[in-house]
Amino acid sequence: MNAVFRHELSSWRTNVVAYVFVAFLLLFGGIYTMVLCLRGGYANYEYVFYNMTFVYIITVPILTMRVISEERRQKTDQLLYSLPISMTKVALGKYFAMLVVLAIPVAILCVYPLVLRAFGNVYLPEAFSTALAFFLLGATLLAIGMFISSVTESQPAAAGLSFVVMLLLYFLTSLAEYIPTSAGASMVAYMITWLVLCLIIWAMTKNLFISAVLFIVGEVALLICANLFMSSFYNSFPTILAAISPFDRFYTFVTGVFDLTGIVYYITVIALFLYLSIQSLEKRRWS
Amino acid sequence: MIEVKNLTKRYGNHLAVSDLSFEIGEGEIYGFLGPNGAGKSTTMNIMTGCLAATSGEVKIGGFDIFENADKAKRLIGYLPELPPLYIDRTPWEYLTFVGRAKGLKGQELHDQIMNVCEVTKILDVAHRLIKNLSKGYRQRVGIAQALLGDPKVIILDEPTVGLDPRQIIEIRDLIRSLGETHTVILSSHILSEVQAICTRIMIISDGKLVACDTPENLERLFAGNVTIDLTVEAAQSEVAAMLEGLPVESAEYAEPSEEGRCSVTLSAASDAADELCRGIFYACAKADKPILQLATNRATLESIFIELTGAGSDDPDYIPPEQRLDEAEPENAEQTEEKSDEKEAAEE
Repeated sequence: MNAVFRHELSSWRTNVVAYVFVAFLLLFGGIYTMVLCLRGGYANYEYVFYNMTFVYIITVPILTMRVISEERRQKTDQLLYSLPISMTKVALGKYFAMLVVLAIPVAILCVYPLVLRAFGNVYLPEAFSTALAFFLLGATLLAIGMFISSVTESQPAAAGLSFVVMLLLYFLTSLAEYIPTSAGASMVAYMITWLVLCLIIWAMTKNLFISAVLFIVGEVALLICANLFMSSFYNSFPTILAAISPFDRFYTFVTGVFDLTGIVYYITVIALFLYLSIQSLEKRRWS
Repeated sequence: MIEVKNLTKRYGNHLAVSDLSFEIGEGEIYGFLGPNGAGKSTTMNIMTGCLAATSGEVKIGGFDIFENADKAKRLIGYLPELPPLYIDRTPWEYLTFVGRAKGLKGQELHDQIMNVCEVTKILDVAHRLIKNLSKGYRQRVGIAQALLGDPKVIILDEPTVGLDPRQIIEIRDLIRSLGETHTVILSSHILSEVQAICTRIMIISDGKLVACDTPENLERLFAGNVTIDLTVEAAQSEVAAMLEGLPVESAEYAEPSEEGRCSVTLSAASDAADELCRGIFYACAKADKPILQLATNRATLESIFIELTGAGSDDPDYIPPEQRLDEAEPENAEQTEEKSDEKEAAEE
């Protein structure tokens, strides 16, 4: 892992994309510090992070697009497969190198509240816990982006797809509000979600039989559940959507709550998508 | 050193490698020969762990490449068909990464990189970006990468494709010198190349191993009949009389190109060839007829290759092997030119 990590880190050092990523976060960090803290006179530095979350929608896809797809395009993945290192080490090495790139602007932004404190009363624990959550949010989105990069072969496709996914995640809660709260609506939403999932499985495995069986079993199970516990379906889909939104978890930290479940949530999602990326890398060996 | 057992690889309905089994001993240069699409690269990719087999097993130095991947891969250095280079790094940075991934560190890493750079003669470009290097240098960086970690087996997939004649000769010399201390396996569809470097040849066709032997043995095995071209300054009837009593199996007379000459193509069993030539010489000397041409044509590796990789003519999809090779050529259109260069180089 060390070899991949150091190699990735030094390639980020010579890659303009990493500088753009850092510059973008710092630029918006600067703007919001200026507007909120200096002009607006807020003593809450967490608001700066709160306003900055949308920057991830643009910057994360830019950073993650090349991370695995570029190996495919240049055929260097063949080198990785033939070296005595596991795909787990490859994925982790690449991921941790991206985390370092992400840590740089977040660490610099953490200096701002310290500076502001010299001129007024800034509540530091809240600012820093939000900074940590901001970092974890970014780390989660990077893991998702890396997975998307691992399933595509071209950088633009990876960037485009990641951008759409980031956008969906960002507006997840607002979109969920458009779904009627009735139990029937949730039911239909589940069925459609399951259909989409099965279509994705079909597209990825090219195995019509297994995806069709999965689809039918899932839909039947849903119908049976709906008959048995109809009442618990009430408003359940929007609630679930809100619960899985990484951005929503972050907003809890902004309100001043150090939410341990949120941290566990982020780490779980990161682990899940790292696992998927590793599997996606392994899968290439089989096709 | 390497043991391949019942290896099969299927891509959907296409059978790329079918039930391939062979063993590779230590310290020789093996040539993997076959027409394009015969399954050479697929086999090599499976042997190096880049690709999973549908069934069968590969053992490197006793370690299974799938189950004991780490240990098995440490014994192999692999150069795929396209050298897997990070083009925006320098060779030195690239080799540092590969060396670290192979478990080298500190002074040892530095020494080994120095060593492989010297062996492959890339020291003077070691700090230039790979994207600015010529194809020949890139290929060498690829070979240098395979040599790092001092693997016992070096597997090279078409190492001379796309190089100019001088580079080809250099790479061949390099491979030959590597063969003194390592087991080298190289694939190629260029016969002269394999003949020039390899001590053992494996011919693979349609995913099956059709022959595995030394080049000399292969030639002997497939020699069969020898043809002799003979031109004598004499009339056809005189020549026919001279040939009587000699071990000739068949004789084909050609139209004489000039008055007073006689050209004939004789066929004889390969072990009788020398005797026949001697007989012709004495017969002509006795009759006072000068020999203008006497040439023995033994089966070349080329004809063996075509014979072995050609399908039976009762096969409905049968394409004559010569055509098949021609067909395969346009696939590598840009390389065709270099290949003809290469042949010239080989002839030199």
